Amino acid sequence: MRQIHDIHGGIHPPERKALSRPGELEPAPLPPVLVLPLRQHLGVPALPIVNVGDRVLGGQTIAEAQGVMSVPVHAPTSGTVTAIEARSIAHASGLQDQCIVIETDGQHEWLSFTGITEWRALDAAALVEHVRAAGVAGMGGAGFPTAVKLNPGPTRPIETLLVNGTECEPYITADDTLMQCQADELIEGAQILAHIVSAESILIGIEDNKPDAIASVEAAIARSGAEIELATFPTKYPSGGEKQIIEILTGHQVPSGGIPADIGLVCVNPGTAVAAKRAIIDGVPLTHRIVTLTGEALASPQNVTACLGTPITALLTHAGLNAAPQQRIIHGGPMMGFAVSDLNAPITKITNCLLAPTPTELPLPEPAKPCIRCGHCAEACPASLLPQQLYWYARAKDQEQLAEHRLFDCIECGACAYVCPSQIPLVQYYRAAKGQIRDSEQEKRRSDNSRERFEARQVRLETEAAEREAKRAARKAAAQSKAAEDGADPIQAAIERAKARKAEQASEPEQTP
Amino acid sequence: MSLLKVTSPHASGQSRVSAVMRDVLLATLPGVVVLTAYFGPGTLVNIVFGGLIAVGCEYAIVALRGRDPKVAVGDLSVLVTSTLLCIALPPYAPWWLIAIGVLTSVLLGKQVFGGLGYNPFNPAMVGYVVLLISFPVQMSAWASPRGLAEVPGLMDTFRHLFAPTTIDAVTAATPLDLLRQNTGLLFDDLLTSSPELTGWGGIGWFEANLAFLLGGTWLLYRRVFTWHAPIAMLAAVAICALMGYDGGSSQSGGSALFHLFSGATMFAAFFIVTDPVSSAVSNKGRLIFGALIGVLIYLIRTLGNYPDAVAFAVLILNFCAPFIDHYTQPKVYGTGSRES
Repeated sequence: MRQIHDIHGGIHPPERKALSRPGELEPAPLPPVLVLPLRQHLGVPALPIVNVGDRVLGGQTIAEAQGVMSVPVHAPTSGTVTAIEARSIAHASGLQDQCIVIETDGQHEWLSFTGITEWRALDAAALVEHVRAAGVAGMGGAGFPTAVKLNPGPTRPIETLLVNGTECEPYITADDTLMQCQADELIEGAQILAHIVSAESILIGIEDNKPDAIASVEAAIARSGAEIELATFPTKYPSGGEKQIIEILTGHQVPSGGIPADIGLVCVNPGTAVAAKRAIIDGVPLTHRIVTLTGEALASPQNVTACLGTPITALLTHAGLNAAPQQRIIHGGPMMGFAVSDLNAPITKITNCLLAPTPTELPLPEPAKPCIRCGHCAEACPASLLPQQLYWYARAKDQEQLAEHRLFDCIECGACAYVCPSQIPLVQYYRAAKGQIRDSEQEKRRSDNSRERFEARQVRLETEAAEREAKRAARKAAAQSKAAEDGADPIQAAIERAKARKAEQASEPEQTP
Repeated sequence: MSLLKVTSPHASGQSRVSAVMRDVLLATLPGVVVLTAYFGPGTLVNIVFGGLIAVGCEYAIVALRGRDPKVAVGDLSVLVTSTLLCIALPPYAPWWLIAIGVLTSVLLGKQVFGGLGYNPFNPAMVGYVVLLISFPVQMSAWASPRGLAEVPGLMDTFRHLFAPTTIDAVTAATPLDLLRQNTGLLFDDLLTSSPELTGWGGIGWFEANLAFLLGGTWLLYRRVFTWHAPIAMLAAVAICALMGYDGGSSQSGGSALFHLFSGATMFAAFFIVTDPVSSAVSNKGRLIFGALIGVLIYLIRTLGNYPDAVAFAVLILNFCAPFIDHYTQPKVYGTGSRES
């Protein structure tokens, strides 16, 4: 039995997970239009390789990865490309981004795929290439390109592949449902990923509030006959944070500023493992995902398998949105999700939940009161930070103290703001402070760059001047040495000549007429 | 339908400042009841009169500062300040003493710094120290406990507030006074020598300390504060008293039990030292903060010029809090604390 470690802090918000009936999964209806952002992952956007007017088939690559930190985008069904333009995307900023718009034709015509059953015979690099080509990015929320994660480099030997089935955010049941409905694929995917990173062991961690998922994964492990460890641990938010689950299951902490691979772990979301399995064994790219549609403003909260690019409004309508005059739609969970600013924005590879709460269910925050430094935030912080001090320094824009109090170790889980009796939007202060620090660092980099450029120019000018001087000196020296070769100093020779002329004139005065 | 833009987290817990303050007020009840039972309604009248002045003053000053006075008064913090100060004042204090104390607390202790959350010092203790230095005679006139003297009625007490001659308020030395004035008696003999000293901490005093301990324990249970500062303070007082007990000679500093259950020890531990605004922030910091207050309380009680020492000790440590904070930052995740 694995020893379960406790993390510092954490909270127990109402879970509300039963609302979306985890374990039941239906396909969402196909919308008439799909909007596929070129960046559904963390990194560089993909490059479109189709043109407006092209007919595309399901599974067809419509945008290619640009470089390492990028993943391609595929058409989730057959249809026609009607636009490649900036559209609203689901992002906290509310900004627009380049998207490929496909008008679906309802024919569901797909490319045919060939998978690799003998994946154990292939080496890691080849398999990683397949994962990348299938457009797999972390499906837990960050959208980190999976191919990059699977290549931690020779200096970081991997001991364990950790599948993070915690899903600690209230309301969300997408991973729970996936673990119940696709457990066999999950186990296969985990084995493939472990093979790729040469992990010696596979560990699956699930919070103990998901007994059905635990039973289902347990049975799948037994069916597979593989040696895979399943660990369950007490429910607490935010146990599902990557750093947190690693400490819970191993007792080790990921070094500040480091990645799990630094301590021999690669940590993936169950959805990512299933996507990897489909990429390798079925050869199918990532075009759909499970989305939890929940909240009391929905008539029928549920989990659906939806095409990437489905507009949020289509899914909410499908679930029977009964909107209040002022409605909050949250992309993600109630703790870390962001409020959507345009319902026409599409879901992407990272959309695990759309939450439509009623005003009584998740009341709007009250006006913030002064901080009384009660310290509840410090007790709740999973990173052992002092949120009350960070708040103080964030308001004072004291970047030195913010660094001293390790602002960048904040994972923005929201536990501090949840327990705050003064209802201060602490996380927002930290996000703003981080942004300011990044800005000023960039500013500093820029001014460093121009200083370096200026200094380089000075050096160059000086070198050129020195070179010119050297050339001049060389010419002079050459002329001198030439004169020396000729046998006389040229100046001396000139003087001699002048003297000689004078002497000549003096000796022949009489001959003047 | 319009879409609401709100930043995460979207869920929020139940804790509110006003509820915290209300809990603190409720937790003072057992102590106030015991003080009233033993020393008469003087403390009760202090609290009511002081509370009225405090609320009026806070309302006026916040309105002058251009903020919403209803919000400021509504968080109940001003009532906590005035109530804690008034519990610490001698029962049957004249009205002007209470008024000066409360106004000092609210104005100089709190509002000049910007109100709730911005005060570097414990406001109640600021008011208390100003009174103690300015009016030592009135401030050391504590009432005699019931049984040793006639305890006035409620109406008499109210009348006494403005006309100090209406009742013949009998004052007596507190047990801590008696201890510091003792020159010749062994500690055990001292306890039996005067009727005020019956019990571990003196008549009424022991019971009041027990009642504040009860209220404080309830606040701990309600997680209004953590155990670190109060327990550290009590432990420090007890350890110092043990070291200074001197076998109970006439030079003895008094027993640990006497120090724990006499004077304002329990009141200070659970209601003064625990003020979050002016204390150290981390748990480790609060351990140090509480322990140093405990040491100072004992030193001032036994070596200083004042019979009790909570206010000075707390204010001195309020000065030190930022310094303590600087050196007691907890180890952050991933910075090599618990695991390599």
